[in-house]
Amino acid sequence: MAAIEVDGLSVVRGGRTVLDELSFTVPEGSVTGLLGPSGSGKTTLLRVVVGVQRISRGTVTVLGSPAGLPALRRRVGYTTQTPSVYPDLTVLENVRHHAALHGYGRESARRAAAATESVGLADAGTQLARTLSGGQRSRVSLACALVAEPALLLLDEPTVGLDPVLRRDLWALFRTLAATGTTLLVSSHVMDEAARCDRLLLLRGGRLLTDDTPDGLRAATGVGDLDEAFLRLVERVPA
Amino acid sequence: MNPALTLATTHRVLSQLRRDRRTLALVIVVPCVLLWLFSELFADAPVIFQRLAPTMLGVFPFITMFLVTSVAMVRERTSGTLERLLTTPLGKADLVLGYGLAFGLLSLVQAGVACAVALGLLGMDAPASVTVLVLVAVGNALLGAALGLGFSALAATEFQAVQFMPAVVLPQVLLCGLIVPTDRMADWLDAVSRVMPLRYAVEAMTTLTGAATVQGRVWADLAVIVGCAAVALGLGAATLRRRTA
Repeated sequence: MAAIEVDGLSVVRGGRTVLDELSFTVPEGSVTGLLGPSGSGKTTLLRVVVGVQRISRGTVTVLGSPAGLPALRRRVGYTTQTPSVYPDLTVLENVRHHAALHGYGRESARRAAAATESVGLADAGTQLARTLSGGQRSRVSLACALVAEPALLLLDEPTVGLDPVLRRDLWALFRTLAATGTTLLVSSHVMDEAARCDRLLLLRGGRLLTDDTPDGLRAATGVGDLDEAFLRLVERVPA
Repeated sequence: MNPALTLATTHRVLSQLRRDRRTLALVIVVPCVLLWLFSELFADAPVIFQRLAPTMLGVFPFITMFLVTSVAMVRERTSGTLERLLTTPLGKADLVLGYGLAFGLLSLVQAGVACAVALGLLGMDAPASVTVLVLVAVGNALLGAALGLGFSALAATEFQAVQFMPAVVLPQVLLCGLIVPTDRMADWLDAVSRVMPLRYAVEAMTTLTGAATVQGRVWADLAVIVGCAAVALGLGAATLRRRTA
């Protein structure tokens, strides 16, 4: 079954077409990479799926319901590109707040501790978010999304500013989540992360260049390196 | 609306306030210092102090909560935390009421301390009821918070939010009867002040201190204040957009 179904989606903002006639599906329990250069429409597409972006045309179905349906807010987790955490709260307080917003009540503290640990911040739990590095803050933001155990996770550039070890750990976490049935749509502009995805959506100038598996992309372009494959595709299609 | 989510918001806002010791100190200590300055300024004319002190008790919470709320909401909007909150099950009413409750509690402390200082140390004449006096002060605080929430939607930055204070609050302070009693103002100024909620706050405070019992007019004033606060909160909630272009 598809976790996300997008059909003929267009978004026009201020007379400019930001997303142009996109159609694709994201299978349940998979990690799908949303790749493309800066300004290609990745964030706008994620916002559409969350339901906070007005759309001009097309339909977007998320977990069987139209995107933006209030009931979906319990089942969809979203992290923005700039980590949206409260700098004057501690790591655990930030995560616990999100647990409480999902109605976990007394269970919130335990869940917050588990989510914080899963992003590798167990030791920083009582630190104020203000004192964290950019990469740590984006992991707090991720923990805030994880704490509600959403069926669908939409992550906007979650690995920016992280060292290779942490990036590997986070991708391992994404794989574990997918193995337990969570669907992940992860945007990135780092091509080496593409290889870790089940499927790839390549965006450029608001258009979908490809919707394929990493192996499929390699076969279609005849190159082994995904970075190179992306360049081939970009050159084939005028922006 | 969901009470658990409203309380989660209140808890979060109070945790943030608890960390901000300087703001807390300013909110609680500054009104007391200003009241003391007034009492010293009018040491030779205690009648004026007796007239001004109760009205100031009504005006302080209004100004403070307007500032605190408008800046806090602009911060939520510009930092992306608001958009994030609106992708969770939290309802707009939960957010607005959660903020209102947190700042209402803060204003309760502020008004309580200021009243204690004015009555106990500065020799302000006892009002008909201290409880009702504090209640009116908290109503004012909610009104200030509600207006701050609404006007934060018009401010793109914290700078702009702070500039709304003189624009929205000072005309009310000038015309509410604090500086010139409303019955001595020009007719058109009196008419303008009638649509300003702060006038009713000052009227309630003055009525409370001018009589031995709580008069019906005080309850009518309080109803106007709380009514305006509720309307402003509603409008403020309407400015929170879940879906944007």
